[in-house]
This record gives sequence, C-alpha cells and structure tokens, in this order.
Amino acid sequence: MKFVTKLLMVAAAKLFSGATLRWVECQPDQCQRIYFANHTSHLDALILWASLPRNIRGLTRPVAAKDYWVRGPIRRYMARMLNALLIDREKIKVHNSPIDMMLREIGDQYSLIVFPEGGRNTESEMKPFKSGLYYLTKKRPELELVPVYLNNMNRIMPKGEFLPVPLLSSITIGPPMWLEPGESKNAFLERARDAIKRLKNI
Amino acid sequence: MFDFRSFDQPTVILLLTNLVALVLLIGVSRFLKTRSESEIDMNIVRSFNKHILGWIVVVAVLATALAFNWVITVLFFWMVSFWAQREFVTLTPTRPGDHRTLFWVILVFPILQYVLVGFAQYSLYSIVIPVYGSLFVAARIAFANDPERFLERIAKIQFGMLITVYALSHAPALLTLEPLQTWNGQLGEWTLWQGANGGLLLYLVVIVQISELVHFAVDRMFGKHVIAPKVHATRSWEGLVAAAGVSAVVGILIQIFLPVTPFQIYGSGCMALMISVMGSSGSMTMAAIKRDRGVIREGTFVRGHQGVLDQIAALCFAAPIFFHVTRYFLERPDVEIVHTPPVQTLVDHGLWWI
Repeated sequence: MKFVTKLLMVAAAKLFSGATLRWVECQPDQCQRIYFANHTSHLDALILWASLPRNIRGLTRPVAAKDYWVRGPIRRYMARMLNALLIDREKIKVHNSPIDMMLREIGDQYSLIVFPEGGRNTESEMKPFKSGLYYLTKKRPELELVPVYLNNMNRIMPKGEFLPVPLLSSITIGPPMWLEPGESKNAFLERARDAIKRLKNI
Repeated sequence: MFDFRSFDQPTVILLLTNLVALVLLIGVSRFLKTRSESEIDMNIVRSFNKHILGWIVVVAVLATALAFNWVITVLFFWMVSFWAQREFVTLTPTRPGDHRTLFWVILVFPILQYVLVGFAQYSLYSIVIPVYGSLFVAARIAFANDPERFLERIAKIQFGMLITVYALSHAPALLTLEPLQTWNGQLGEWTLWQGANGGLLLYLVVIVQISELVHFAVDRMFGKHVIAPKVHATRSWEGLVAAAGVSAVVGILIQIFLPVTPFQIYGSGCMALMISVMGSSGSMTMAAIKRDRGVIREGTFVRGHQGVLDQIAALCFAAPIFFHVTRYFLERPDVEIVHTPPVQTLVDHGLWWI
C-alpha cells in the first residue's frame, strides 16, 4: 500500500512539475550527501525528492518546516511518505538543536535535502544562507555537499497559492563541495550560495 | 472497443505507405551518418533524423488512436495540446498574479474544448476559446490586482491557448465533420461522401509532414534567399515554394491513387498547397516566438521537453484552415448525420467508461 501511494506521489509530482533532471559534473551515488537547494515553493522538496533515481530516493530525506507539514491530514501523510525530517522553526534551542537531530536521524545511511535559505524566497536573488549547513558539515566533514538549482518551481506553485499549475521545470545538480580547512563560516556559506548561482547559467 | 470506421482501405494503404517511407528515410539518414564528416554536415543529418523520428511517433500514435476509437484520438490530441501549452507558458514569463488564470487556461478551457469537440458541438467549440476564453483571461488577470505589463501578459496567455489548444483541436474535429458531399463526375451531381473521416485527418498530417520535410531539405541544399534571417537563419523562399509545389503534387497523387478525401483531384492539389503554405507560416511564427524568448540555441531550460511545440506548430496553423475550408465547401447541413458524434456513440452504447 505504502509502495503504491509512493509511486503515485512520485508520478503525480513528475507529471505536475514536468521536471528534467540534469547531473552536471556529478553522478548519482548512494553515498551520504547533503543536497542543498534554492527554495521558492512548497513543492520544492517533493519534486526534487521525486526526481531523484529510485535507489537514491529511498535513502534521501527532505528537511521541512514542521509548522507547514503537520497542518492537515494530507500534508501529514505526505510528509510521512517522503520520510521527511520536520524541524520546528519556532523552538530552536541549544540543547535541542536541529543540527544534532538531523545528524542523529541520518545515521550513516541517509542523505538529506535542505533549503539553507530558511524559507521560501519570492525575489529572483537568493536570500543569504542560514548557518545550519555550516554546522552540519563542521560536525560531519566527510558528507558530500551537493548544490541543486531548482528552476521555475515558483511558477508551478507560488507562495500563497494552494493549487499547482502543471508547467515545466528543471533541476540541475552540481559538483559536490566540502568545507575547506580553516574556512570561516561566512566565507563557506557565501561559497555554497555561489555554487547554486553558478548552476543557474550552466 | 475497436472502431474501424475511421479506416477504409485507401486510408490504411496511405498510412502504411507513409510509415514505410519514414522508416526508409531513417535508413537513408543512418547511412549518411556512417559516411565521413567532410561530405555532409552532421548537424543537418542529426536534425533531419530528429524531424523524422518525431513524425514516426505522431503517425504511429495517431494510427493507433484512430484504430481504437474516435474518443482516444480526441484524447490523444488533448494530451499533445497539454504538453505544447505547458511548453509555451514555460517559455513565456508570467507574473505571480497570473497563477490562477493559468490554472484555468491550462486545466479547464482545454478540457472543455476537447469535450465539446468529442460531442461534435461545432457551434460551441468554434467560439468557446476565442470569445469566452480570451475575455475570461483578460478579466481574471484584472481581478488579480496586478496591472504591471497587463496587455502583454494577456496577449501571451491568449495566444498560447489559441495556437496550442484552439487551433490544434480542429485536427480531431475533422472526424466530426459529417455529412460531407462529393462531386460525382459520372452522375454529374453532388452525392454524399461515403469515405471515412479518419482519412481526412491522416491526409492533413501526411501533407503537413511532407511539406515540412521538403522545406527542411530544400532549405539546406538549395536555400539562397532566406525569408527572414533574423527570425530563422535557414528557412528560404526556395524551400517554401518547393514545399508547396511538392505538397500539391502529392495531394493530387493521393487523390488519384488513394482517394481518402471527398475532394476532386485538382481540389486536393489546392488543399495540399494551402496546407503547406499554412504549415510553413506556422513554423515561421513559432521560430519568431522562440527568437523573441531567446531559446533558439539548444535550450538549457526545458531540455528533453523542447520539441512538442516545434513539431506541431505547422499542424496547428494548417488544421483550422483546412477544417473550415472543407466544412464551407463540402458540408451538407441539410442532410441528416450519418454517424452520431464519437462521444455520443459511447454514451449510447453504455461504453462511456472506456
């Protein structure tokens, strides 16, 4: 049952997004990765997850905002199907840090999909990145950080709309990067942001 | 479930001839590919290959759809419209304020249009998009409280819908064009045409395809006078005239050897000529749209999808004109309909769930 609904969800996501997936200087791999992407629509996580090859999809968990994904039975169900990690954006505390939670949840098996802008963006320029990505890689430096550029998702379902319009979109997955030794937080976050920006023009 | 009424013998022969010819052409271009690069430009061969493959898919799916049922054919054209329209809207920038309008334009009006075509409601499907649809688009965007570039936005959305949905839907609408009359030379009077309408649709597709292929080949080989170099670098007057000429000859030959239409022999020539000119105009228009949007280079954006629009642009322009000319000259509204409309047939037989 779960298998069938998952397949249906993937098929619907692919049909509605018409997404083409491109791997640029990067190959699909089951190793542990953190896919980080620009964020313009609630569908981002679903579409990116659905577009990944099946063997990778099963090992990849999107990180999503709890306040959105627990509202209503359909969203809750979808979050469960996606095997999403729900983060409480309001209650971020030192002793209950979401970073630790993410690292605990992925163990040495799962990959993550994160949106370091912290929220959906309506401007054409990406917002500055939140520092979570830096702390993730600081604690687990061996994880591959893979930039992903999502194009046109905001037109399929813009902020504030509840019905998607089936246009076409594209997903570009770029070359993995790591934290350089001695690199400062700001320099690293800026470099990560540029890595996504670079994919825009490829 | 099967409905072979769309096929009569000449239609089947034409269909098979066409498929065989396309497969032979693929063979030729495969052969050209194996020859050394210096003799022939590989890009031309590759592009030619892509054209032919596209046509094989179109003809094969169309044949299958016709063999199953008229409804399947209408459904097939709806899917083509759907895909082409998403491509069109994706290529033309819209604003967040257009979102709900786009929902109507992509998911509501096309379905309405094709359902009306399926029920053969000519008086509705011939106006529902140009009248109701285009007024609705303008009003809905005004209600969305975003006046920025208002006229430009409604024009884009309306035009996309007009070409990819309204115009294309006239191709399956040919199946509902009944009863048609034909001039019987032996009796010296108009009689009812007994042929199958699937033949008309196939005729349209075959002529468009021949016209496009000839246009393409002549442009690359003999094209000297480029029509509009800023819009399309290679489409030439030579190609246009050659395509129209060859189409007319093919139209005449089809009518002599495989009479799939109710036209006279010279009439078939004129029709083919008209289809060819309309098809060339359609491709040119699509080239201009793509130039405007700057996607003429091998696209980075919707790669893998790009192509449905290209493939059907010629058909979109030719279909409504072919439909209306045929209807104007040959339809006999005074005679009772021979066949009930396709969807109605299914409803009557309790087969609506197919």
